[in-house]
Amino acid sequence: MTTYILSLVFAVIWVAVTGSATLHNLIFGFALSTLSLWIVREQMSARGYWRRMGRILSLLVLFFKELALSAWKVAVLVMNPRMDLKPGIFAYPLTVDRDFEITLLANLITLTPGTLSVDVSEDRRTLFVHAIDCSDVEAVKRDIAAGFERKIMEAFR
Amino acid sequence: MIEVLIAVLTALLILVGAGFALVAAIGLTRLPDVYTRMHAASKAGTVGSGLMLLAVALHAGDLSTLARALAGFFFFVLTAPISAHLLAMAAHKRGYPLHEKSVRDELNDYRN
Repeated sequence: MTTYILSLVFAVIWVAVTGSATLHNLIFGFALSTLSLWIVREQMSARGYWRRMGRILSLLVLFFKELALSAWKVAVLVMNPRMDLKPGIFAYPLTVDRDFEITLLANLITLTPGTLSVDVSEDRRTLFVHAIDCSDVEAVKRDIAAGFERKIMEAFR
Repeated sequence: MIEVLIAVLTALLILVGAGFALVAAIGLTRLPDVYTRMHAASKAGTVGSGLMLLAVALHAGDLSTLARALAGFFFFVLTAPISAHLLAMAAHKRGYPLHEKSVRDELNDYRN
């Protein structure tokens, strides 16, 4: 994970230093920093960089799909003359345990259809999620576990 | 030809984006409690603003504007869920009740 943040930081610094804020320049800076980090890979032990890149991209694609779907669902719900709500807060048992992963998962959950993360328990084991439709909590839990959580595990471990 | 296409696409993006922003605003007034309102604000609002930023980038037609518009969208996606989450958490900590139709509140069970 550090490698990506480093690459991105280096790319932004590259853009600032060269003084042209174009997308080309940013991509070039990112490629350049990736290359330089690859040269010092032995020292950084950043193996599996490319394989992970693919998985992070697949997480990103899933995210944008879910975001579009969720905005649409909210629109349909709001415009429906008689709103039929069954809201509630349910506890989601977390499999991921690092702070960074929990934050990412909580953010992704908030931007996906019908769910909003409200709080994390103090022992970092449970995420409390508000859902607009709580009629089938188990299905929602399964969706999160098989979708975002699995992909986060694949991308960052 | 290509200019007409870009103009049509820009107009379409602005209309759809404005539509989602409108839906978010209607949602804020129609939904019954603070938690369900956060759903409308965080999702439809983000998508609406994102689409309009994209329209700006497309209309300007140069890469530095596109880069900044994409950065703007990126920060929307980054900050909208955090503010929604913080508002919901603060409301729950203060004991703001869920709407009466709510079927469960496991966070309340956990706290007590």
